[in-house]
Order: sequence, then structure tokens, then C-alpha cells
Amino acid sequence: MSRILATARSEFLIALRNRWVSIAVAMMVVFSLVLSAAGSAPTGALGADRLSVTVASLTSLAVYLVPLVALLMSFDGVAGEVERGTLPLLLTYPLSRAELLTGKLFAHVAVLTFAVAAGYGSAALSAIATDSAALAGTPALWRLFWTSILLGAAFLCLGYALSALAQRPSGAAGLAIGLWLAMIVLYDLGLLAAIVADGGGWFTTELFPWLLIGNPADAFRLYNLAASEATAAAAGIGGAANAIPPMHALVSMLAWPVLALGAAVLIFRRITP
Amino acid sequence: MMQTLTLSRLTKRYRDTEALRDVSLDVAPGERVALLGHNGAGKSTLMKIILGLISFDSGEVQVLGAAPGSGPARAGVAYLPESVAFHPALTGLEQIRHYLRLRGEPARLASELLARVGLADAGRRRIGTYSKGMRQRVGLAQALIGHPRLLVLDEPTSGLDPVSRRDFYALLDGLAAEGASVLLSSHALTEVEARTDRLVILSQGRLVTQGSLSDLRRQADLPIMLHVTPRTGASGRLAEALPQGRMNGTALHMSCGQDEKLATLSRIAGLGEIVSDVDVTPPSLEDIYSHFSRRDGQ
Repeated sequence: MSRILATARSEFLIALRNRWVSIAVAMMVVFSLVLSAAGSAPTGALGADRLSVTVASLTSLAVYLVPLVALLMSFDGVAGEVERGTLPLLLTYPLSRAELLTGKLFAHVAVLTFAVAAGYGSAALSAIATDSAALAGTPALWRLFWTSILLGAAFLCLGYALSALAQRPSGAAGLAIGLWLAMIVLYDLGLLAAIVADGGGWFTTELFPWLLIGNPADAFRLYNLAASEATAAAAGIGGAANAIPPMHALVSMLAWPVLALGAAVLIFRRITP
Repeated sequence: MMQTLTLSRLTKRYRDTEALRDVSLDVAPGERVALLGHNGAGKSTLMKIILGLISFDSGEVQVLGAAPGSGPARAGVAYLPESVAFHPALTGLEQIRHYLRLRGEPARLASELLARVGLADAGRRRIGTYSKGMRQRVGLAQALIGHPRLLVLDEPTSGLDPVSRRDFYALLDGLAAEGASVLLSSHALTEVEARTDRLVILSQGRLVTQGSLSDLRRQADLPIMLHVTPRTGASGRLAEALPQGRMNGTALHMSCGQDEKLATLSRIAGLGEIVSDVDVTPPSLEDIYSHFSRRDGQ
């Protein structure tokens, strides 16, 4: 454990020096504030409090931004050590490869937590400042916060796996962008196309829900929207969210970081320094 | 007494080439061993196997009585890679603190370690701003953490100036006196001969010879060069007296085997007044080194 913490400490310092902390915090704050300002219009019509509406907007934002920030921080994780030539020395220390990756994960999750807290926090403050009933949305905001960390952890670990697979930062960066496009953008479009083509058949009723929670980003969206009626209403997809039990989505979100970290360690073990 | 390091009949193949073949080597506690060889002779491969970084095909390796790369082996072995690298965003102190923590040592020892390698003032600067020699010293500082029982140093003095090299070898002497074994690689025989107990020469993956410098000198049995300077006007008579020599301007050059040295010298001394001076040049360290490392027709 002390070795994991030592690694986390140094990695956090590196993230701070490389401006990753400031970049991640700035990105989250700017986008959150813009969204909370833009999302204030439908409040009255839906009868939801202002914060719940903000949370609905933030959920859509987080699905795109949190995986992106996570992948940007993690794609260098293994490939960077290989490229710099720091890996052989590190691996002669009494430090296992799993401990090394876990240490990096701790540091990057800490950076992500800062960024998400700063982003959501500023959006929440602006919501509460203009609507006294907004405090009713606090549980939804809290849920959004910790699920965002889980979502980020999943993509951090996927980033390490890609990094170990590519062994070169340039290759790892390409794979990371590809993964983001595939899992965040194209996945939903593909499912949508399949549903349209299926026309309400077996795919739509049986397979589709599993495919939806199989993707951590969709599981994240479902869990946050299903867990709060107000947010679901604000997001306008309450029907879809209720079709899948939120517990399934939660299990998916918990399983992804663990499985991805396991995969990353296995791929990392194949690297000969 | 248990050996710090035991290699027996170690063989490592990379696809169709044999990087190491039947290498057997023991290193005792407190012994300083220099590994010599050309680029590609197998020095780095041998070191990486000892460190457990790469696997081997056959033979046996015992590091501190354990398998290479196992917990006890890693805990007692320090490594300095060839052209060592660190994260450029960290300062020297931060980097050493990190390594101290990984070895379970208190992080406050970092400044003391940096001072030992002469980097006390640069500790707060980022490693990205360091020269190659300074990075090498950071590498050396991390190798001193926690009283290692075996130090594996891959060309440790590359990038160091002559004064730093002397300091470095003084540091090694101290470590060896405390019982640590040192296995270091080098291209330069001249540099390591006085500072190590044993020389091991690798060539094309095979251990061609090992021993102290005088052992190697005896084994190589290279001829000794003699330069005989005649008195003025006596060069013709000298050339007649020593027909095996070659007159070259002002002096006569000849060579003889180790065992003929005294006989030849007494013959030259017997020539009396036609000889003004004799210089005896034993085979240089480079000659001995190339004799062993080029034996396979390289």
C-alpha cells in the first residue's frame, strides 16, 4: 500500500506540473457554467427545481467530457514510461506492475475528483443562488458526482490498457481518441440505427437494454436519469430510463473500472522493458 | 559463504541469435566485478536477466539466493541503467524521495543521498533541466538507497567527467568495504582495471575469460615491445647484433614473448657501449582487451 501511495503522490505531482490539474478543472468549470446558464430556460415548464435541471444538463455533459479528460490523462500512463526509458529502473524496485498502475489510478482519480467537484460545484452554486428551491436537487447532484468519478475511473483504466497495448504515446493517443469516438459517440448512434431498423422486434426489447448498460457511459446516463424523476423529466427520457433497473446500471459502472484495470495489468505484464 | 550472484550455464536466445551462451559467473559479497565487451556482446542482456527484467532460456540464476526479479532479490539489488532517465517534471529531490518510499525508506534521506553524489544544490531543480552527468548522478543516488547487497551498474561512468569518475569509484570502494557486491559494465578497460577486483570479458554472448588484470595478462601472453636506442653512430652495429629487430630512424624496435623477456634484456645489456637506452613496453590494456574480445574473428 505504501508503494501505491508513493506512486500516487509522484503521479499527482507530475499531473500538477504538467498542468493537467488546471486544464481538467478549467474545462469542467467552464463547460458546467455554460451548461447551467443555457439549461435554465425550461425550469418553469417542467416544475422541476433549478438544480435538478442543471444536473440533467451536467449528466449529458459528463458523458462526453469525463471520459475524454480521463483518456487524456491516462493514455501516457504506460507508453510514456516506455518512451522516456523510465520503466526498466522502476521495475527493478520492489513494486509490482499492478501496484504501479493502481498508484497512477489513485492520482488521476484525485485529479478528476478535483475537476468534477469544481465544475459541478460552480454550476450548483449558480443554480442555488438564483433559485431557493434548488436545494431539493442536492441528492441528484451528489449521485452525479460520485458516478462521474466511477465513469472517469473506468476510462482511466481503459486508457492504461490502451497505453500498454500501444507502447508508444503517439499510438496510444490515437487509440484513446478512437475509443472515445467509438464508445461515446458511435455506440449510441449504432444502437439508434439498429432500433430503427429492428422496428420494435427482439433486438429492441431483449438485447438493447443489455447493450445499453454494457457501455459504462450509457450505464452512467441511465443510472443518473432513472434515479431521479425530476432529472429524468428534465432530460425528457424518463420512459427509456425506467425500462432498465438502476441497480443493473450501477453494477455495470462498478464492474468496468475493475475489469479494465485487470485488463490493463494483464497487457502491461506482456511488456518486456 | 553464500555467493551474492551465481550464474551457471546461462543461455538466452533472441529468435535466431544467441545473446548469451553458457555463461557461468559467481560474484562474492564485497567483490567488484567489471563486465567488459563490445556493444552487443551481451552485457546489458546479462544484467537485465540478473534483474529479472527479461527471461532466459536455459541455465540457472541465483540472486541473493533467490530467483531473479523475486521479492527478496529486488529488495537487495540496486540498478543503474545505461543512460538512466527520469520524469523531467520532477525535481531531483522529489524523484529520490519517490524511490526511497518505494523501498520503504524514510523520504527525508533524499537530500543526504543527493549530497553524497554531489547534487546537493541542484536538488530543487527539475530533472528536465539537468545535464547528462547530473542525471547519471541522480541514477547513482537512487542506486545507493537502502544499503543494497548487489549493485548492477550499466556503464555507470558514461557522461561523468574525470573528477566525478574518481568520486564515483571512491563511493564504490566504500560500498564494497561494507560488503556490497558490484557488477558494472564498461567499454574502457583502462578505467576499471585499478578499481575492480575481477575483470570478465564477454564476446558475442560468451564469457571468454575472467580474472584479475595480471591473470589476463598472463593468459593473453602477448609479446612485449622493446625499443633499443643505439649510441650515436652505432645504429648499424646494433642492427647487426639484433637481426630480429627493425631499425626505425633513431631506435630499433623488437618484440619478445613474456618468457623470453629477461633473456632478451640480458642480451641487450651484454651489447655494452653500442646501446644507449632500452624502453620496455608491456602489452597495453587495450591490446589485452582486443586480444580476448576479438578472438572470434571480429
